[in-house]
Amino acid sequence: MRAYWLIALLWIRAALSYPVSFWTMMVGGVLITFLDFVSIWLMFTHIDSYGGFSLREIGLLYGVTSIAFRIADMLVGSVEKIGQKVRSGDLDAMMTKPVPVLVQLCADRFELRRLGQIGQGVAVFAWAAPIVDWNPQRLGVLVMAIVSGVVIYFCVFVTFSTIQFWTTDASEFANAFTYGGNTIMQYPMTIFPREVVRSLTYLLPLTFVNWYPCLFLLGETDPFGAPGWFRFASPLAALVLVGITALVWRQGLRRYRSTGS
Amino acid sequence: MSLIEVKDLSREFTIRKRAGLLRRTSVVKRAVHDLTFEIDAGEMVGYIGPNGAGKSTTIKMLTGILVPSGGSAQVAGLEPSRRRRELARRIGVVFGQRTSLWWDLPLRDSFELLRRIYRIPDKTFRRNLEDHVAMLDLGDLLDTPVRQLSLGQRMRGDIAAALLHDPEILYLDEPTIGLDVVSKGRLREFLRALNHERRTTLMLTTHDLGDIEALCDRVIVIDDGTAVFDGPLPSLRTGGGASRTLVVDLVDEAAPIAVEGAEVVKVEGPRQWLAFPAGSSAAPLVSQVAAGYDVADLSIHEPDIEDVIRNLYGG
Repeated sequence: MRAYWLIALLWIRAALSYPVSFWTMMVGGVLITFLDFVSIWLMFTHIDSYGGFSLREIGLLYGVTSIAFRIADMLVGSVEKIGQKVRSGDLDAMMTKPVPVLVQLCADRFELRRLGQIGQGVAVFAWAAPIVDWNPQRLGVLVMAIVSGVVIYFCVFVTFSTIQFWTTDASEFANAFTYGGNTIMQYPMTIFPREVVRSLTYLLPLTFVNWYPCLFLLGETDPFGAPGWFRFASPLAALVLVGITALVWRQGLRRYRSTGS
Repeated sequence: MSLIEVKDLSREFTIRKRAGLLRRTSVVKRAVHDLTFEIDAGEMVGYIGPNGAGKSTTIKMLTGILVPSGGSAQVAGLEPSRRRRELARRIGVVFGQRTSLWWDLPLRDSFELLRRIYRIPDKTFRRNLEDHVAMLDLGDLLDTPVRQLSLGQRMRGDIAAALLHDPEILYLDEPTIGLDVVSKGRLREFLRALNHERRTTLMLTTHDLGDIEALCDRVIVIDDGTAVFDGPLPSLRTGGGASRTLVVDLVDEAAPIAVEGAEVVKVEGPRQWLAFPAGSSAAPLVSQVAAGYDVADLSIHEPDIEDVIRNLYGG
């Protein structure tokens, strides 16, 4: 952890030493992600509800998944580029330093400008928040969902990037699950077939990032009939995923250390 | 106990090949097999061999990056593959063709980060930085981002970085590759001083035999994954069936010189070349020639080390 922040801080300092470029990239990031929500908003100029959800309700789903996803995206740094690091030999250099390789990979090229994209998620959430009848329990579930969501997305990033130890060109494959997963979660699950929702609960548990917790915030029950306690199960899903990720990562590194390529 | 102990060290790789549309065959390649050697503290060892001989594989096993498939390795009393991060604090590694510095950051920031990562005491850090920066002539470059440095400057930066935490062993993989003559000379001088003053053990892989001649007391030659020679540089010349050459300038042209223990390999007017085993002395030969012929001049040529090594690879 200490090493993570030491390396990350260095990258932050380096980025801030070019302030013009830093702020342009940051604002650019905000604009692009902003357009992302505008497209949903435009859709609502023709319809009043989508999958039984109003625009603000979708804004809530969108906000929670975006905040979690963008924070995770900022924290994983160069993990997505494992294949490239293997080819360039940078991974070997990392292995000769007294800091865990995963920590070095995550902190490498830490991009503070992603705060802009996180900010966009926060803005959409803030706009949607008034529809929730806030009380301490709901606030608690929200915090739990976002923290678990960051962990869940972080694990998905790491797990699918680890595949690059087996095939070095698999970064696009990983993107389908990370960026693709986030895009799917921006919509209410009611627009998808039951099988998709099941997969997103039991195989790739992204529904625990925002779907189940948001149902609780909105005081609704799951239209697919999932158990009520699922609405509070986000930390459990995160924990299981951490276990799986640790295993996969270890296997990947072990494979690298016995093939050297 | 030696600082580095390698016993029957082996590493096999399984290479899968496509054999037809769906069928795949796998071939087991032995990159390193039954390698055994010991290196004592304070030695400077050249580790040489042709491309693909297993040099990098060995270094990767000694730094803990690769797990051996057989045999054992002990470095500074630790098993590298199991105690990789612990070992990292006691060794320095420089890969010649890539940098372990942070590409976009000035050297100074990279050094500062390493100080914190390795938790180097302030005093040690300041002393090492002063010493190495002065000796490697890096003073004016500390605030330049690494990507703007020339190859030679970057290499010097990399070496200074690898030495900040006072490693007992420094592994150098092709340290002078791509450097000009002046940079090479400076670097060699620095490494020699490091070994003399701090007793840092050096193990370097190289294709440049100049590095070996300038630096190494001992050479390990590896070919096809196994050591074919291990000993001091002078005996590398005498071993391997190499020969020295006595060049004789006679006063007049003559028939080939007939003396015991040498044979004429070339005649050019009054000049004749006599080859004799590298292990034997030139003195009796010289006196025989001087006694039997009118000699204008004599000179002795040592075998070319590259030829000697080429012989070793071939055999």
